[in-house]
Parts: sequence; structure tokens; C-alpha cells
Amino acid sequence: MSDALTSLDRPNSYIGRSVPRPNAKRLLAGRGRYITDIVLPRMLHVAFVRSPHAHARIVGIDAEDARKMPGVRLIATGADLAKVCKPWVGTLDHFKGMKSTPQLPLPLDKVVYAGQAVVAVVADTRALAEDAAEAVLVEYEELPAVIDIDAARTPGTPVISPELGDNICFHGKIDTGDIDTIFAGAAHVVEEEFHFGRHTAVTMEPRAIVADFDPNEMRLTAHHATQTPYQFQDIYARHFGIPEANVRVVAPDIGGSFGMKLHVYHEDMATVGLSMLLGRPVKYVADRIESFVTDIHARDHRVRARMALDSEGTIIAMDVDDVTAVGPFSAYPRTSVVEGNQVFRLIGTPYRFQNYRADLQVVFQNKVQMSQYRAVGHPIAFAVTERLVDMAAARTGLDPVEIRSRNLIPDDAYPCAAPTGYKFESLSHHACLARLRELMDYDRLRAEQAELRRRNIYRGIGIASFVEISNPGPAFYGVGGARISSQDGAVITITPSGDVRCAISVTELGQGTETIVGQIVGEHLGVDRERIKVITGDTENTPHGGAVWACRGAGIGGETALRAARKLKENVISLAGSILQEQPDRLDVRAGWIVDAASGRQRIELAEIARIAYFRSDTLPPGTQAQLTVAQHFAPQGFPFAFTNGIQASHVEVDVETGFVKILKHWVVEDCGRVINPLLVDEQMRGGVVQGLGAAFFEECVYDDNGQLTNGSLADYLVPMAGEMPDIEIAHVETPTLDTELGAKGCGEAGTAASPAAALNAVNDAIAPFAASIAQLPMTPSRILKALGRI
Amino acid sequence: MKARAFSYARPTTVVEALQTFAASGDDASYIAGGQSLVPALALRLQAPQVLIDIAHIPELRGIALQDGWLRIGALTRHCETLSDPLIARHAPLFHDAAPYVAHPAIRNKGTLGGSIALADPASEFPAMALAMGVELEIANLSGSRRVPADEYFIDLFQTAIEPGELLTAIHVPVVQPSHRWAFDELARRRGDYAIVGSGILADMRDELVAQIRLVLFGVGNTPVRAKRAEDALRGRQLDQSAIVAAQAALSDDLAPPDDEHTPAAMRIHLARVLLGRLLGRIAEVA
Amino acid sequence: MSNSININVTVNGEAVSRNVAPRETLADFLRGSLELTGTHMGCEMGVCGACLVLLDGRVVHSCLMFAAQASGSEVETIEGLTERAAIADIQEAFHQRNALQCGFCTPGMLMTAHALLSQPGVPTRDEIRDALSGNYCRCTGYESIVDAIETVARNRAAPAGSKNVVAEVGA
Ligand SMILES: Cc1cc2nc3c(=O)[nH]c(=O)nc-3n(C[C@H](O)[C@H](O)[C@H](O)COP(=O)(O)OP(=O)(O)OC[C@H]3O[C@@H](n4cnc5c(N)ncnc54)[C@H](O)[C@@H]3O)c2cc1C
Ligand code: FES
Ligand code: FES
Repeated sequence: MSDALTSLDRPNSYIGRSVPRPNAKRLLAGRGRYITDIVLPRMLHVAFVRSPHAHARIVGIDAEDARKMPGVRLIATGADLAKVCKPWVGTLDHFKGMKSTPQLPLPLDKVVYAGQAVVAVVADTRALAEDAAEAVLVEYEELPAVIDIDAARTPGTPVISPELGDNICFHGKIDTGDIDTIFAGAAHVVEEEFHFGRHTAVTMEPRAIVADFDPNEMRLTAHHATQTPYQFQDIYARHFGIPEANVRVVAPDIGGSFGMKLHVYHEDMATVGLSMLLGRPVKYVADRIESFVTDIHARDHRVRARMALDSEGTIIAMDVDDVTAVGPFSAYPRTSVVEGNQVFRLIGTPYRFQNYRADLQVVFQNKVQMSQYRAVGHPIAFAVTERLVDMAAARTGLDPVEIRSRNLIPDDAYPCAAPTGYKFESLSHHACLARLRELMDYDRLRAEQAELRRRNIYRGIGIASFVEISNPGPAFYGVGGARISSQDGAVITITPSGDVRCAISVTELGQGTETIVGQIVGEHLGVDRERIKVITGDTENTPHGGAVWACRGAGIGGETALRAARKLKENVISLAGSILQEQPDRLDVRAGWIVDAASGRQRIELAEIARIAYFRSDTLPPGTQAQLTVAQHFAPQGFPFAFTNGIQASHVEVDVETGFVKILKHWVVEDCGRVINPLLVDEQMRGGVVQGLGAAFFEECVYDDNGQLTNGSLADYLVPMAGEMPDIEIAHVETPTLDTELGAKGCGEAGTAASPAAALNAVNDAIAPFAASIAQLPMTPSRILKALGRI
Repeated sequence: MKARAFSYARPTTVVEALQTFAASGDDASYIAGGQSLVPALALRLQAPQVLIDIAHIPELRGIALQDGWLRIGALTRHCETLSDPLIARHAPLFHDAAPYVAHPAIRNKGTLGGSIALADPASEFPAMALAMGVELEIANLSGSRRVPADEYFIDLFQTAIEPGELLTAIHVPVVQPSHRWAFDELARRRGDYAIVGSGILADMRDELVAQIRLVLFGVGNTPVRAKRAEDALRGRQLDQSAIVAAQAALSDDLAPPDDEHTPAAMRIHLARVLLGRLLGRIAEVA
Repeated sequence: MSNSININVTVNGEAVSRNVAPRETLADFLRGSLELTGTHMGCEMGVCGACLVLLDGRVVHSCLMFAAQASGSEVETIEGLTERAAIADIQEAFHQRNALQCGFCTPGMLMTAHALLSQPGVPTRDEIRDALSGNYCRCTGYESIVDAIETVARNRAAPAGSKNVVAEVGA
């Protein structure tokens, strides 16, 4: 970028600038250090014997032969591990009435999903462990499997956990009142039943952990591919009875996470337990087949929804029934209810209407656990909302842009609240809509569409508005009793040579945390970015904090860094004032120099201040104690979440003979508040959009009637690849949050939040001339052909 | 996902390879490019005692014209099938199909012989072998024989190759000036195995279809010659009514698998669409 | 069944002689015995492209062959290409364009890019996407990778002295 001279040309003005990530060079040279790469002295490897049945009683385990096989060090069952690990229950208090069963690393007597780990085999190499695992004989007595969401709720259906009474995990309701009357009197009502397929995160690096327990000091070091090391420090300490200060969780380079690597997995807990039983490091790396059957899945929902409008095309109410099946128990510690909760609270939220009724049922079934994955609930909420808006447009004869501009919350109406309870500080739906219209050249595309239809080429344009939850406060988990922090912490130090170290609790997953923290510290401390070292991902070296989830890294972590940098700068200036015998308010720090604030004249180098502070304190005025390290914590106050908003558009061409879809182009206009680094924000957006397009067209965990995943390999489960994905154009509207000085909100989930909705509308728009419609994701060729009545 | 233990042999002649297999008590696998076999071993779907690496046997290489046939050595890699001028000229359906087979790196290693020996019903090359009416050269310890493609494909992953035998070469009858051909497939993503694919080789005389070999893949246990559709076309001009007749005949030719992901009705529908498009292309150039 | 066999491979220009179990894949051998952990594994069945290496100059999946099969061959990994600066311009373009996030797919992407860019001509965006059809990336959405490769292709094709500066950014 060759900007003209702007405020960005001050020294160290990094915020708002597209700077590349310093730590990416290492990854480009093949010098990343992922958990899968870690080898420790005397390290052993674990493989698991897994259940072939979705629901069965464990009758007996015979490991006699396996124990004698070469290289085998330990074969452990549920009972063995229960001796070192306390059970966990995935419930949160603020989901009233929710229930789930206690979980142990390995089951004692029952398996509840196909692929569940039953026996752990530890050996010198993974191959030897797999050899021995094949020789372990487990006898099962099969039980009827509960697979279907309706069957799960039918009286008389087998109950997966009889101690819970039924297969209902949670039941939620929202009702603003009089909904039936409003619908009865509405000029127009549109309704649809939507089906969303289960899908999963498919991070490029699978789940991995190396647990290293030293019995001499009661010390556990877990090298763990996770986005939330402190959460795991807390969990390992409490469930394994190790003092928290003796638990160190290190998350070095992580090969993708997207929410999937912040849940407790039975295998990971087992690996920690095995290390304790053996007193040696034990490594577990899920292979891809294991990932498919054990990583959390997400998005298995059936939503029946209707929307009422008046004769002008104004939306007046929505009525929603959502059923989601989350697996046999609720995930820990974030539960399996959050997704459904977000679905039924986010539906309709970009729009003005205030009448809303929704029913949420979260049910148990014999499939792997579901829980939070990137953009939790959003893609479903906006697919439902936006499809109904398009159906309403068709019904009322309004253009999709026009109906949105009539119904989106006006940009000057803030602060305001949705009927579902969410509070909005300040959003920009109309500005985004206007920007999108011009960015995509909407009118030209519509003209082209009409022209091509005459030649039997069927293109579709789909639009989808959205909001996104970011910067969550303690209302998210803390109030529910979960020990998940909504604050972050940073410790910043000026080193003796005038460099800067910033140890911070937000973590790096490739999204650029370290880069933006460096930008913020550089700008607010007045130091070149190159001299700042950001340290993340190690509970031993950074203060406790929430780390990264729900798009909080930039907003909360960034604000923490900003405040820490300011505090440190005050200390530096006050020290410089003593040394220079100058009023501190006349001084500033720029580019590593203490300067005259007014003239910018360089007075003394920061390195010189540091040298004096560390080595010649004798030359400081009496009573002066240099404080070149500061600690700062920050927890969001004010709004419970900083909502972001935006709008997306998808342009597709449907081959109506084959049902194949070519995605031509995608656009996003997005408002994540203050943009710290456009390069990074745009790439978050693109990656997010593509994950959503995967869900829209390709990705689905398909189970058979017996609860077996039938496409659980990377060859059979279709992820989006380069050849099928479009170029994505991005524009920004900036409405900074006033809750922080930085003003940044999250951006990591926005792409995923609405790209399926835009795609769904685009495909429906393309096939509209055939009076066909589709309401199921992914939109596979067979579903499109069925919608078209061709098969 | 680690393979079970095995021992490894690297013969340098066909006879040595066959002997090694015989000596293993039949518990061996040949490995050529390994692009299908290695995943099967990693998943422990197969676990031979001995792995016989045939990649270093010079007899299995080479591409040469011999008496109106193009002899393609079994070890010819997919990338060579794509780039070799003799194949492009004389065995054009192999050439045309090659870009659709997997991805560049897999094409650098996978072999034509391996693909045809494996006979995955969703694979391009076995189907094109059938479409071009090739002959498969198969060796065992008592000698070598040539099996016509029409007799080669028996059932799912089952061919005329008996345990221990080696596919040594593929003999393609070279295309003639009166020949027209077309290939295409419908795959979800580039490089994926197709849901349905097809290759057609037609001998057009005086604008009439004198002979035609019409092959579909992804629609059964083996690549399928749609003989009733061929009958519907033979002797006719390739006009719209002939094409429609051929499309209609397909339901008698095909009995595709029915699964959740891809219902049988969809495969038949797509086969019809594809057939119509390919015949249309041939009609254009004919 | 022989438990281990001796293999001789040239890896990143260095002759290496080792005993390996025949069942050890080339990927496991490179990562384990030779500590060349820049080669990644994301599927162990040839689908993700994280494990790509050069075998006698051609890009292949190191998860889809056994180390034993590589005996007598030359193997080059991301470490080797980096050290001999063979892909420095591609790495720089990836860096400037932020064509990586977690970086787990990146060595494989660079291998594919290297192979594609070693061919004459400037590939179209569609050809670049086609070449990448066996390289999975969950983070980027691919566009930045396509951009970076396109930039290098143009730069390499441009006569010396007229190179485009890759998305000139930063202070
Ligand atoms: C991700 C991925 C995608 C793929 N996509 C496609 C695709 O779209 N289309 C497609 O057609 N293929 C595809 N393949 C398979 C690929 O083309 C294989 O290379 C090919 O099918 C087998 O060739 P090979 O040389 O690798 O055989 P190998 O894997 O070495 O062997 C396969 C089988 O054939 C036997 N065999 C090999 N050579 C001989 C011989 N000369 N005589 C007797 N038996 C022999 C082996 O014992 C083994 O049982 C894909 C593979 C992967 C990993
Ligand atoms: S690990 Fe080799 S392709 Fe995925
Ligand atoms: S950068 Fe993470 S998978 Fe590509």
C-alpha cells in the first residue's frame, strides 16, 4: 500500500496498518513447533481401543495378549484412570434445568457413541500401540441406539442415561407475548422448515497433547494444542488434584482450532492420567480418522420458523422452533447448550421487529458430542432469518435489498435491544447495505441475471445481514459457574537494552494475536514494533486470562495490551523526568526515544533509561525506584458483549441439469469497530467465509441408522478446496465500541456467520424460475436436483 | 493410522517379482505407485506379510507403437499419461482423462498399471481402457497372456488378474481417422473421484455411427459398457432423437449403487445428462 | 519378517544411511529419524497435502510411500528448499500477502507452488487453484495463497528490473 501521508505516518503509528506477521516467517521456513513435533526424553505413545457400537454395555475387557506384545508399557481401562481423575459434568447454572452425566476419561461400563475410546494402550511407538490395541478384546452387549432427533424425544424411546430421566438436555423458551394473535392478523406469513447438517472443524493439525507428569515434584506440564491454556491449567489442577501452580500448560504453534480445541476431550484427559500412572511423558495425536469420530461436531439443528409481515413489507414478528441434538452428554466446560442458545437468541436480530417467540430443545442422542465451533449458532440463526426475509421479499414483491432497507435497525436507533434480550451498543446495518450494493454492483448483476436466464443460464444472488457476538463479558460463562475467564492479563517489561517484552494471556493461532499486540504496544509505548517481543501460550510465563474464543483476542486482549503499554509509558516518562530533571508532562516516547512532547526533539534513548535503571540505580535521585515492568488486567464492562455487524452477498450459478453449483463470487461488508490490521482482518474474513461455504455446499457428518459415521475420513467428508472457492471482496465500515479505548471488536467469526445464509439465498434465487426451493444445508447436487424435481 | 508390520522386497525383473510373490505363500502385495495401496495399509484394511515393490522393474516401463497397437508399460505414471505425445495421439481417452485423476502430486506417483490393476469402479483409467477396447498384458510364472478389456473387469475390485499375477502392459488399439471420442465427468471437487463419468469412442462413417463404445464409471461394481445405449446409436446419425434414445436406454444398462450420499436415481439421471453432453460434443465435431 | 532394513537416501543434499522398519512411511522417517518436522501430516492418506516433499525433483506425498521405497532417491523437504533459497521469493510473497495463518498447510502449499512455478509461463488464477486442488487449508480461504503465487509467477516472468513489488506494506 502506498498511502498518502496521513496520521499513520507518525512514528510507531501501527494501529490501522496492514503489517505482516513477524512470527509467520518461521512457519514459512518449516520451523513451526507444533505439538505433533514435540519429542521428550522417555516419551511414550498412546493409542485407544474404540467402540464399534453407538450404544452398548461393556461386558468384559481382555488385554492379556496385548500386554505381552512388544513395546507395551501400560494398558489402562476406565477404572484405572478413575483412580487419578475426578469426573466432570458439562452444565452451566444459567441454563436453568440443563442436565448431563458425569464423565470420566474412559467409560466404566457403557459406551454412548461409535468411536468412543474404551481402553488406552501405551507403548514405545504409536505403531506398536496400535498393534497392541488390535489385540485387546472388548466384549459388548449392544443397546438400542438413539439417533434421530424426533425419536430421541418420543415417550418410550430408550433413555441414553436413565439417571437423567429422559433424553432432554435443556429446554428454553422466549416469548414476548401475543404471537399467535399477531400472526393471525398479519398481511403476510412465510414459513419454512430448515435442516442443518452436522459438521466439524477439521483443523489441519489434529488434536494433540504431550502430558509430562513428574511425580517427584507433583508437577504436570501439558504441551497441548489448545486455544485456552489457562482453562486447561485449571481443569487439570482440579480434576487430577495437582496444585494449580504446579500445572503448566504450553500451547506453542497450533495448527488451527476454530473453537474445536477448547473443549475437554476424554482422550486428552486420559493422556494426562496415563502420564501420572506411568510417571513419564505420554503423547497423543489424534489421527484423522479419530478426529472425525471424536472432535466435537456442531450445527445439527432442525428449525421450523415463520415470519409475519404487514402489508407494507414490514416484519412484525417471528416464531421459531429449534431442535438440536448434541450427542450423548453435554461438553465440558462450555456445555452443548450454548449453540442452541445462540441460535434462538440471534434469529432476527438485525431487524427492527420486537415480537418474538422461540422454543429450543436440546436433546441427547448416540453420536459424538456437539459443542462450540467457529461462529457458534450464527450460521443457523442467519440462514433461517435471511431465507425468510427473501421469502418475504418474494411474497410482497419487494427486491431483497429493498425489504432489508425497510426492516434493518436504523443506524441512528442505538443503543437498543433485540426481543431476544441482546443489547446493541452501536451497529451500522444500513451503511453496510449501501456499501455492499455498490461494491457488488447489485443492479448490474440483476440485469445480467435476467439476460442470462433467457439463455437458460441460472445465476443467483443472495444477501445476508448479520450481527456477531464478540468481546464477551462474564455473562457468557462466568455467571454460569464456569471457571472461564472473561478478563485478560499482560505483563510488559522494558529490558535492560531497551527492548520490550509483552507476555499476554491471549493466544496465537495464526490469526495474528502477537502481531496486533505488538502493534498496539508499539503505538502506545512509542517503540518500534521490531523491538517488541510478544509472548503467548504458556501459563508459566503469562498471566491468567481467557485467551481466545468468541472473538475476544483483539477486543479484550488488545485493550489489555493498550492499557499495559500506557501504564508502562507513564513509568518510563516519570523516570525520564527524574533523570532529565524535566516535567514529565513535557516528555513523550517516540520510536524508542524520550522526546520533547512539543517539538519532538530527542532527549535520551529508552535504552539509556533502561541501562541507568537496571545498572546505575545509584545515579537516580534518592527515593526513585524504577518500575520498568507493569502488570495489567482488563475485563470488559458496560455491554455484556460488543456486537459487530455486517452483510454478505453470494453469487452462484446452478447447473439445473446436474444440480452442481459454481460459486462465482462472494462479498463481505463488515463492521468490527476499530480495525487494527486490515491485512489480518480481511484474511480472517476470507477464511471464515470459506468455512461457511463449506457448510453451505459440502460439509456434513453423515450417520447411518445405527449411529455409524459413514464419511469419517478426509477423502469422504468434503472440505472446501481451492478449486471450488471464489474470490472474496471485502469492505469495512468502522463503528468503534466506546466500551474500550481501543474500540476494537471481534472479526474472527463474521465470515462464517452469514456466508451459508448468503449462499442459501443465492441458490434459491437461481432456481426460483422453476418454482423450486431448498432449505437444507449442505446444498448437495442431489438435494438441489430433488428441489428441482429432476430426481 | 500406522500400517501393520511387513517385510519389503525390491525385485528388478518380472520373474523375480513373481517368484517373490510365490515364495511369500500368497500373503504379499505388489506396490507400484502406492497411491491406493498405502492408505489401505495405513488404515489396516490390508496387511500383507510382504510388500513387493515393482517400481524398479525396467520391463514394466516404456511407451511404444507396435503393429497398430500402443504398448504402455504398467509403470507409466499418471503425469506421463498426461504429457506423453504418443498417448495423446494414439490413446487419446487416457490423455483426456488424466487431468481428472486425483491431484498433481498423486499423478506424479500413481501408475496406469496400478489404477487398472486395482480397477476402482470410480476410476477414470480403467473405464477409458474399456472404452478404447484395450488388451491387458498379464504375466505369471508360466508366461504372459493378453486379455481384452471386455473380459477383464469381473466384479468390484476383481479383474482377470489372478493372485500373484502382474499386469505388465496395456495395449491400446490406436485411434483411426474416422474415430471420434469424448470424455467428461461430474465430480464434487477437482480431482475427486467422479459421481459419474463417461468416455466414448465412436467410429463415424458417412455421418453415421458405425461402431461405438460407450462407457460409464461410478455407476456400478465395474466400469460399465452401456450396450443398449450403444445399440440405440449404432447405424444412426447422431441427432437429437438418437441421443434421446440412447439416454433412455441407459436405465437398462445401469444398476448403480444406492446410498445416502448419492441415490441411484441421481446417478442414472447424471449419467443421462453426461451422455447427452458427450454425444452432443461428438456430433459437433463429427 | 525382517524388522528393519537399511536404506540410503539423499535428503536435502546429504547422503543418509539408516535402518528403518519397512512399515515406516517417508513422512514418519523424515519427521522422526531426521527431525525434519517442517513436513507435516494432516491425514496420512494423500488428501491434505501437508506432507508434500520433492522426490527426485517431483512433488509427492511423503505419507503415501514408505521410507524403504525412497532408498536410492533424492528427497528434498521444506528445510532443504529454504536453506538453498530456492523458494525465497515464494516465501516472501506468502509473508507479505499473509497467505498463511496457522502455517500447518504452508510447507505443502509451498511445495505445490514451487512445482507450479518451476514450469514455464504465467499460470492463470484458475490454473493456480487447479494446482492447489490437493492442498487443504482450513484457515485462509485460499485467495491469499493464490494471490501470492500469482505475484511470484508475474515477477519471475517479468524481465529483470521490472519486478512488481509484492503488496508493499508496513512501516
Ligand atoms: C487423494 C487421492 C485421490 C485420488 N483420486 C483419484 C481419482 O480421482 N481417480 C483415480 O482413478 N484414482 C485416484 N486416486 C488413486 C490413484 O490414481 C492411484 O494412483 C491408482 O489408482 C493406483 O495406482 P498406483 O500405482 O498408485 O497403485 P498401488 O497403490 O501401488 O496399487 C494399487 C493396487 O494395484 C496392485 N497393483 C499395482 N500395480 C500392479 C501391477 N502392475 N500388476 C498387478 N497388480 C498391481 C497393487 O497390489 C494394489 O493392490 C487417488 C488417490 C488418492 C490418494
Ligand atoms: S498427510 Fe499426506 S496428504 Fe495428508
Ligand atoms: S494456514 Fe492453517 S491450514 Fe492453512
